[in-house]
Amino acid sequence: MSWLRQLFSRRRLYKDLSEEIQEHLEEKIEELVASGMSRKEATAAARRAFGNVTLAEEDSRNVWRWPFVEELLVDIRYGRRALRHNPMFTAAALLTIAIGIGANTAVFSVVNGVLLKPLNYPNAEQLVSLHQIAPGAPGLADFENGLHLSPSMYFTYAEHNRAFQSLGVWDTGTASVTGVAEPEQVRTVVVSDGVLQALDVPPEVGRWLSEADQVPRGPQRVMLSYGYWQRRFGGDQSIVGRNITLDARPREVVGITHKGFRLVDTDFDVILPLAFDHRNLILAGFGFEGIARLKPGFTIAEANADLTRMLPIWMDSWTNGPGTNPHFYETWKITPMIRPLKREVIGNVSDVLWVVMGTIGLVMLVACANVTNLLLVRIEARQQELAVRAALGAGWGRLVRGLLVESLMLGLMGGTLGAGFAYAGVHLLLAIGPTNLPRISEVSLDVRTLGFTVLLAVLCGLLLGLIPALKYAGPRASLALHSGGRAASAHRERHRARNTLVVGQVAMALVLLVSAGLMIRTFRALRTVDPGFTDPQHLQVMRISIPGALIAEPERVLRIQDEILEKLAATPGVKSAGLVSEMPMEGFNSDWDCIFAQDKTYPDNVMAPLYLYKYISPGFLQTSGTRLIAGKEITWSDIYGLRPVVMISENLARDIWGTPAAAIGKQLREFPSMPWHEVIGVIQDVRERGVQDKAPEIVYWPPMMEYLFGRKTLDTVRTVTFVIRSERAGTEGFLNEVRQAVWSVNSNLPLASVRTMEEVYDKSVARTSFTLVMLGIAGAMALVLGIIGIYGVISYTVSQRQREIGIRLALGAQGGDVLRMVFKQGAKMALVGVAIGIGAAFALTRLMTNLLFGVTAYDPMTFGVVAGLLMLVALLACYVPARRAMLVDPIVALRYE
Amino acid sequence: MKKTVQRDLFPGALEMMILRVLRRKPSHGYALVQLIKRTSHDLLQIEEGSLYPALQRLLKEELVKAEWGVSSTNRRVRIYTLTAAGAKHLEREVSSFEQMLEGITRVLAPGEL
Repeated sequence: MSWLRQLFSRRRLYKDLSEEIQEHLEEKIEELVASGMSRKEATAAARRAFGNVTLAEEDSRNVWRWPFVEELLVDIRYGRRALRHNPMFTAAALLTIAIGIGANTAVFSVVNGVLLKPLNYPNAEQLVSLHQIAPGAPGLADFENGLHLSPSMYFTYAEHNRAFQSLGVWDTGTASVTGVAEPEQVRTVVVSDGVLQALDVPPEVGRWLSEADQVPRGPQRVMLSYGYWQRRFGGDQSIVGRNITLDARPREVVGITHKGFRLVDTDFDVILPLAFDHRNLILAGFGFEGIARLKPGFTIAEANADLTRMLPIWMDSWTNGPGTNPHFYETWKITPMIRPLKREVIGNVSDVLWVVMGTIGLVMLVACANVTNLLLVRIEARQQELAVRAALGAGWGRLVRGLLVESLMLGLMGGTLGAGFAYAGVHLLLAIGPTNLPRISEVSLDVRTLGFTVLLAVLCGLLLGLIPALKYAGPRASLALHSGGRAASAHRERHRARNTLVVGQVAMALVLLVSAGLMIRTFRALRTVDPGFTDPQHLQVMRISIPGALIAEPERVLRIQDEILEKLAATPGVKSAGLVSEMPMEGFNSDWDCIFAQDKTYPDNVMAPLYLYKYISPGFLQTSGTRLIAGKEITWSDIYGLRPVVMISENLARDIWGTPAAAIGKQLREFPSMPWHEVIGVIQDVRERGVQDKAPEIVYWPPMMEYLFGRKTLDTVRTVTFVIRSERAGTEGFLNEVRQAVWSVNSNLPLASVRTMEEVYDKSVARTSFTLVMLGIAGAMALVLGIIGIYGVISYTVSQRQREIGIRLALGAQGGDVLRMVFKQGAKMALVGVAIGIGAAFALTRLMTNLLFGVTAYDPMTFGVVAGLLMLVALLACYVPARRAMLVDPIVALRYE
Repeated sequence: MKKTVQRDLFPGALEMMILRVLRRKPSHGYALVQLIKRTSHDLLQIEEGSLYPALQRLLKEELVKAEWGVSSTNRRVRIYTLTAAGAKHLEREVSSFEQMLEGITRVLAPGEL
């Protein structure tokens, strides 16, 4: 470690050195004096012979140094001093950079957590979702979420595959837990064997569910989620092995999942095993999500080929019942489209996040442009200093480095501050972000995010310093010594960089504002869409499930539901109440199946177009504000009397019979052995999957039928959404009364998903409103920064041209002429900026097409309004300096001469 | 900076001469430069100051060591002594220098080309 010793003994070394040199000179002088010279002559002669003392000392010292590092340290010290001497400039620059970097870091941490990080499973890259599509299936044209797997498909795939280590199917649901405290509805996932094995996350306590737990009518077992275990049982390990009551049946707890474990992106309270009865399975029943882990070395294409190979095996091995053709599904053109599990989890949110990231990046550029402008102004004032340094022998490389070091320091300090802002920003973002953003729990400021911040800070620092450095510290730096000072009135050359920056700022602000404008138009367009219900803030919804173990007979279930509706209707302030299998946008999976119309013919007479199924009670339409287009509503006596009646949506009526009126009195059914049901009413179209999506065709069945869910057994829909119209919806007092009303009928019924329809609606447009808010913020920031930029440049040129203006005024120019002159300069920059911005926006807004609704990416109105607004604001920004120019007193201005 | 130091010398020449002088007898900076000047009959234009960076380089590479002492003229001076490594280095340098010189001389010799 001799260099370390050197570092510490350096002071000694230097002292020795100067002493030694002094002694050398003394000795020489003495000798010369002794030979007869005067002392003065001797001193001069000794110095002449010695050469430059300072330089010799400096060079000697340099032997012990790392010149690069030490010069850098000097530059840093120098830079720090320069920044401290200009506190206003430094504060403004730092704040701008810090906000820019903070905002970027915050958004990046979300992008990183949601899009970039691998999923939270071991070797997550092997995990895939068994997505498949069926473009040939008629009716339900959009298997937008893909065609789910049927249990028989799962068995075929599990048994015959070559590409997967493990494979399984799962679904979500709800169940009620009783016997612990108040009855509680919990979120469940049901999994087949293979799902937990594929995910491969060991349980926190106990064991996984395994094949032995999936025997039909075998022992009933359950796994608890870590969160539910903590919440309900206080993390008591002895719960493993004990029973809990789920849907009125005891189930033994076999294990607790790992902390933070989620199934794909589903948070849940308990995991239940699927127990398919192998013998009763048919081909159909496409109700499950498939998940699998690829064998090492297998690609997705190979896995797709593997599934394709097994489809004929599936059709050969199972049937939909006697008289049906199992190979009928060939017409559906079922095509495996396996996706990485990560894509499945992220869904369509990546569009939004990338747009927001790009937007915030643009804001950063605008902010950098502003700070660069500040730096340019400041460096102009420092030109003399630079020239002096150049004259004293500093190479231009050294000067450039000095300036870059200074701007880098700005960048890094801004970055440090920005990291603090980002910390707050992430929380803000998560607060205003869509609550249904996937992986939101994984968003944090991690190493990668901090790395991003550092990178950004360095880039920003370099970018800031580059233009001033190249412009002023370049080889011509020494010229300034001659021209510096007052003789330098504005020559065009000097303002070019600044003007270019302002033009760039205006252009970027325009892009951001146009994007924000398009989102506003989208939002307004969404608001004008009739979702199929009215006045959502006065619509209270809640889910109630009546499990078979609690009440077995279907008719009693219906009577209880009926009674609850009556109690609810009698609650003070309630106008009406009704029930439905699920409200639009609630996000529960609807049933769907074939629909045969009596007066149509179908190939094979086995399969007909597929449509969504819903089940509604009398009074539902009135309560939700959904219009009856034709015919009449279903009645309680229709339902209790099991009368074969049905209602359909308007678009379904048009689809099959041309007009709503023509549909009334026609007959339809689900499968051949089911009696024909008469269409008695046609209901307006409803935006089932959110206002952005087209309304699907829907069949509205009575909630109790002799043929329900494709089987000939009297049954009723046990899990339904109760809908209540009341001015008091959403208030705490009202909810208490609602709960009491429900429990006065049966105290074992938990209420779940208690919300107003407005909340449901807001959640369904959360993606749009989030994008809108983010683009709005970004646009506003860019606008403000742009205005500051224009204002700064104009007022700076005005102050520089004061003398010239004074002369003009003295020579007879009018105030108006001066005003016009200044305005012309501002308008020119703004115009060029707007023109460039329009071009850029044309290219960039295309990228957000997926986020738009009811407006094209080239909407001329948005472009026009934003361009006009920007021009206006730019001119306003010129007004203050222009007025100042007009008021220049020629005497005062000229006296500076 | 270095341009002035080695206007008439190639890099390392001054160091080599210093080492050579020190091999005969330890001495201080002023005496060293006088000796070199005198021995070369003032053929070499050496700025006295340029001696010191060279001495520091030798010190850093531990080819010489320095100690404060008193000179024959009774001055407080820093006396430099050759180290073993310095002696070895000098030998290597001199032999490679002689080789180089011989090469140059041959090329420059009249009549050969």
